[in-house]
Amino acid sequence: MATPLRLTFWTKAVEVAALAAAICFSLGASSPTSRINTLSHSLMCQCGCAQLLGECDHVGCPDRDKELSLLTTDIAAGMTDQQIFDSFVAKYGATVLAAPTTKGFDLVAWIAPFAVFAAALLLTILLIRRWGGLGGKKAVPATLVAESSDPEDRERLQRIRRETGDGGL
Amino acid sequence: MATFGSACLLIGLALAAYNLLAGAVALRLIATGQPATISPERLADTARRAGIAGFIAVSGAAFALVWAAFTNDFSITYITEHSNRALPLAYKFSALWSGQEGSLLLWAWLLGTYGFILRLRHKTDVKLYAYAGTILAGVQVFFLAVLNFAAPPFSLLKGAIPDDGNGLNPLLQYPEMVIHPPMLYLGYVGFSVPFAFALGALMMRYPGEKWIRITRTWTMVTWLFLTCGIFLGMHWAYAVLGWGGYWGWDPVENASFMPWLTGTAFLHSVMMQERKGMMKSWNVWLIFSTFLLTMLGTTLTRGGLVSSVHAFAQSPIGRWFVVFMGIVLAICIFTYVLQRSHLHTEHHLESLVSRESSFLFNNLVLLTACFVILWGTLFPIISEYVQGTKVTVGAPWYNRVAVPVGLFLVFLTGVGPLLPWRATSFKAVKRNFVLPVITLWATVIVCLAVGLWPWKDGALDQGSFYALVAFSMSAAVLTAIASEFLRGASVISRQTRRNLFSALWLLTRRNTRRYGGYMVHIGVVVVVIGLAGSAFNRSVESEMGLHSKMSIGPYTLEQVGATQDSNPNYSSEYAVLDVYQGGKKIFQITPERRLYLASGQPQTMVSIHSTPEWDLYVVYEGTNPDTGQPIIKAFLNPLVGWIWFGLVVMVLGTFLALVPSLTPATAALRVPAAQAAAMAPALKGGD
Repeated sequence: MATPLRLTFWTKAVEVAALAAAICFSLGASSPTSRINTLSHSLMCQCGCAQLLGECDHVGCPDRDKELSLLTTDIAAGMTDQQIFDSFVAKYGATVLAAPTTKGFDLVAWIAPFAVFAAALLLTILLIRRWGGLGGKKAVPATLVAESSDPEDRERLQRIRRETGDGGL
Repeated sequence: MATFGSACLLIGLALAAYNLLAGAVALRLIATGQPATISPERLADTARRAGIAGFIAVSGAAFALVWAAFTNDFSITYITEHSNRALPLAYKFSALWSGQEGSLLLWAWLLGTYGFILRLRHKTDVKLYAYAGTILAGVQVFFLAVLNFAAPPFSLLKGAIPDDGNGLNPLLQYPEMVIHPPMLYLGYVGFSVPFAFALGALMMRYPGEKWIRITRTWTMVTWLFLTCGIFLGMHWAYAVLGWGGYWGWDPVENASFMPWLTGTAFLHSVMMQERKGMMKSWNVWLIFSTFLLTMLGTTLTRGGLVSSVHAFAQSPIGRWFVVFMGIVLAICIFTYVLQRSHLHTEHHLESLVSRESSFLFNNLVLLTACFVILWGTLFPIISEYVQGTKVTVGAPWYNRVAVPVGLFLVFLTGVGPLLPWRATSFKAVKRNFVLPVITLWATVIVCLAVGLWPWKDGALDQGSFYALVAFSMSAAVLTAIASEFLRGASVISRQTRRNLFSALWLLTRRNTRRYGGYMVHIGVVVVVIGLAGSAFNRSVESEMGLHSKMSIGPYTLEQVGATQDSNPNYSSEYAVLDVYQGGKKIFQITPERRLYLASGQPQTMVSIHSTPEWDLYVVYEGTNPDTGQPIIKAFLNPLVGWIWFGLVVMVLGTFLALVPSLTPATAALRVPAAQAAAMAPALKGGD
């Protein structure tokens, strides 16, 4: 009786975690009241300081004021975020965007980390199953391994245990 | 002095090469048992002594460069470019690592120092130390070859010798820069030692896991240095760069963070090998990767592959590093393929809900984080190669991708200690998790009650949402760890009739490694709380005439004057600002702007007033050329002090973990498996 209950719990836990992760990863796309503040943190200052436009602190920066001015004009003109980004890219090149877009090859930048994480997670779960966890093949107790091995192996295992004196977490 | 330094480097290279060759021949002779005219043991000992002599030679070279800086020897190009007469002595010393050639020399010297200590301690295990010493000599040969042929620090200036040098980069003239790079390099270079032991142990098919115990101290100390180096770098960026932040996801910062992540993964998963004989191949590759990542950072930044605001020196040495990394990787793969049968696992995971599986997931998340950072660092290069267009991968991308991974890691930090080794019952899991889960939701409610809403104007706000998750998760993790301490202490208190504090002390002393580790986890959580505060940073910028005021948060700043100062190194302008809170003057701050005379470069010196609640961070950005009025930018950065306090806790925790325990901690686990299973109920929720 305990197994189905346990599975239900873990299924629900995984669902909740997946939902939380989905919310987590989908955040930030919406714009708060100050579009200038938001958009200036999605664009790079072009003076070579490698800082976000909204964070460039160089007095007399030759580009910051121009970019902020263009941003203000574009917002006043009623342009959408995407149109503003397009106009900046047209003027300054793709490096003006602080993050890759979600189009074409740039999409790979966003997908790859999650794909790698998912693949690694899947591999880990398969590995655990193969080792005998999650209801798979039961692991053989260490003592039985030691007893069934040849004398040389048994002696080596005993030595390893003797040598592994200290513990950890 | 240039001749002496160059000679030292050449001698050092010759000694390292002898150490490598003689060591390799001796170990081969010992392994095969072939007869030889010279005893292999004696040959190996001469190799070891050559390594010690090599350390002295590299020390001579490092001394020569520092001496040249102290004595203003501008006949040496490096000194002309990185020092000047008026430079304070401490910064002349730091000139050693302010440029490409000097920092490579520092690397070689630290490697020599580690090797020197290792070779002095060779009696611990002569054969294993001989392997490790020989591998370290191979690494040293590479660095000394680069120093002799690609980036010589003692190259002489062509033409007339100038009266004065160009001075040190103003960004580097800050107290932390005297200690931050050596700390970071101690971390980078230090990972060569566990790498050498791992590769050596694999080469010689070392029986048992003793090599891990031998290298554990090395790894922990190295990890500590790297941690301190990273945080000191963050503090330097915070105090010097003047943009109000401490981490910008710059390639150089990322380069230091990647080996830290894999090194942290190694420190966790190695416990599974020690205790259960599991994950042997994994651990070997983790330490190989960590070593290679320390090299990759230098390759990326110094080789000019990626642009960085921190890359103070770029040169063609990147190619040398690429070749070296290729050779190291080939050796690692070859050795692993040849000896992989030695790495068979003795035990397997028995349950998904166990300490072992939490380590497995911890490793998974740490390596995912490492991949995310590596991917973000390399993507501009990949994009340029694939589509011919370079793109920027900046903070918005990392905040979306890396921050959730980090929060998941915090979650595991709390879950891991609550799970016992091998397996547990569902009931026990529920019992252990009740209190942390209650704390988590209580924190969510409190945060919402005090106005920390994860949305603004009807839309979800990324920063606030992450902060809410971070705060609530941190509270849950702290509760989990605290309950671990209290559960153990109350048992001891009952058994020994000590008071709780005394029992807590005894508990910690009995297993310093475990409770030191928990303390490091507490430090990490404190740091996370500090980082989460950045979601609420505020700033205001204004041109301030005399008696002008600006307000930020609870503070009102009034400009009450300006002053100037000068010394032979720089001239400076200060804005004097009185800070009021609730109408009452509480302190005065003096943000500064310097002009370094030798280089002619300006530099801001931020004025910071720290409280546990927030930092008032004031920058004197300069003067308006039209009005002549100072431009002041003030930031109110919540919880920044927690980050530095968290580091202190992490350092103390690591020191604690390095102290030997009062009694062997694994006594309960040394019993046979069947008996251990019978004892499982006693171990629930703890070990």
